[in-house]
Amino acid sequence: MRAVCWEGVNKLSVEQIPDPEIRNEQDVVVRLLASTTCGSDLHLIGGYIPAMQAGDVIGHEFVGEVVEVGPGVRRHAVGDRVVVCSFIGCGRCWYCRNDLWSLCDNTNTNPGIGQALFGYETAGIFGYSHAMGGIRGSHAEYVRVPFADYGAFPVPEGVDDISALFASDSVPTGWMGADLGGVRPGDVVAVWGCGAVGQMAARAALLKGAERVIAIDRLPERLAMTERHIGAEVIDYTTTDVAAELRERTGGRGPDVCIEAVGMEAHGTGPDHVYDQVKHQLRLQTDRPTAVRQAIHACRKGGSVFVLGVFAGAVDKFPLGMVVNKGLTLRGAQMHGQRYIPMLLERIAKGEISTAHLATHTMSLDDAPRGYDMFKHKKDGCVRAVFRP
Amino acid sequence: MKNAARTALVLAGAGAGAAVLRRLVSPPSDPRRGERWMVVTVNRPPMDVLPEGRPPTPLDEFGDALEITVRPAPGDRGTELAARLRETPSAAETSLPSRLAGEDPRQEVRRALREAKSLLETGEVLRSDAPPTAREDTIGGRIVGAASRRSGGEGVL
Ligand SMILES: NC(=O)c1ccc[n+]([C@@H]2O[C@H](COP(=O)([O-])OP(=O)(O)OC[C@H]3O[C@@H](n4cnc5c(N)ncnc54)[C@H](O)[C@@H]3O)[C@@H](O)[C@H]2O)c1
Ligand SMILES: [Zn+2]
Ligand SMILES: [Zn+2]
Repeated sequence: MRAVCWEGVNKLSVEQIPDPEIRNEQDVVVRLLASTTCGSDLHLIGGYIPAMQAGDVIGHEFVGEVVEVGPGVRRHAVGDRVVVCSFIGCGRCWYCRNDLWSLCDNTNTNPGIGQALFGYETAGIFGYSHAMGGIRGSHAEYVRVPFADYGAFPVPEGVDDISALFASDSVPTGWMGADLGGVRPGDVVAVWGCGAVGQMAARAALLKGAERVIAIDRLPERLAMTERHIGAEVIDYTTTDVAAELRERTGGRGPDVCIEAVGMEAHGTGPDHVYDQVKHQLRLQTDRPTAVRQAIHACRKGGSVFVLGVFAGAVDKFPLGMVVNKGLTLRGAQMHGQRYIPMLLERIAKGEISTAHLATHTMSLDDAPRGYDMFKHKKDGCVRAVFRP
Repeated sequence: MKNAARTALVLAGAGAGAAVLRRLVSPPSDPRRGERWMVVTVNRPPMDVLPEGRPPTPLDEFGDALEITVRPAPGDRGTELAARLRETPSAAETSLPSRLAGEDPRQEVRRALREAKSLLETGEVLRSDAPPTAREDTIGGRIVGAASRRSGGEGVL
């Protein structure tokens, strides 16, 4: 079959690889219907995530049709249309039982690599670094889905493939930021980043009763999209002093909850950005935490900062003094999608969350290298490139 | 070539980064490393973990070579399952070169503990895809491939 492979830093190609097969009794194999780019892929394409291997199949946000079912699978049958959670959870370890699915103990096939990096390993994820297991990604004609009873969810009738697709990763990630960030009715919430993840975090905050949601980015088409499809207010950080603007809009208090949805390759303005970029490229720091710093700075006293953006290692000039002296709650996580996906699919079906607008460019798997180039450089207003076999 | 070189640099850089991080957070070497218990917590009650006093598969394959204990984990977290080699491995056997060569006898114990936990909790041990990648013949690929093969027996248990 055809699959999109990481071949080295900034190099992707479409390769032939044997079809996946059932390797464990609780697996299913799905035939791809659609798979999309995610900001997390950009970090590994750029070479900022360790333990990638040339020839790795990438992609982790997808919807497909079940074509093969392992003998231990109870909840799926051939022909089901399913959206699959990007992180793989076993459903029965202590972490899965406590709804902390991206921390599952039993799905990272390379625990030693993950432990060397983070002290304890994460769950496995499709199509990512070998530090997160050796499970192939979803940009391929067929995908093997381990522990399918827990990670694959039927798509409600009436929800089309493209709308369902984003329930795999970006919608639950955004929802988790608002949920675990502790958004409550009446809050003012600020969100850094208007990619799919940031937009979904902003929508989640509104649905959880936030009084005002303010989203921050520099790309005019994304800011416009966030106003129109999400219903949030926006700030362009290249023309506005974000902290001053947020103070003014929040009666001088600062936002109650700040959600960071930018990640380790944040763009910035001013000398500290140049400093971060040079250190990042020389690998003297592994990540550029520009938006995290801003969020910590802007947050109200006693407020909460949730980091959704992916970071791999150590950062520089981290304002720990602000965290302590302002009494902030600082939290982050990879997404615990299984906890939210069924509820989110219902909300998508009811029209409470719109996702189809994120798919700005749809193309064949064969065009994926071009799709990633557009997505990486935000060409032609690309928010997400979607690949169909 | 430029890309391959950059990729190798990334791998090396990331490895060095991880090593520096670890140096910062843990002492250079644990003098008790050979004799420590390796422990996993299994989300099952003790009688499921050690039925009739027999060690769970695949720990049962070690026979008398292993000491095994179980005790309930605090706060309803299941059972702490601990194992160590009856014959404490030497400093040479637990050294970094020996670990890289896959000759540290603790590696098989760690792997078995993880498999026992996964079997008890889920009924299976997750296998990676085959082949995991479209090619395994590059330099970076060989390094990551070797690290993956060791990975089940390494880490901080
Ligand atoms: N926690 C998780 O489980 C999880 C899941 C999915 C994605 N992610 C991460 O979320 C992040 C966003 O993903 P995405 O798919 O939306 O990516 P994306 O690249 O489409 O969006 C990132 C956005 O951030 C904006 N940005 C850059 N620097 C900024 C700054 N200083 N201030 C404000 N905005 C800035 C960019 O203009 C862009 O619009 C990535 O880091 C990704 O790895 C995390
Ligand atoms: Zn993602
Ligand atoms: Zn689990």
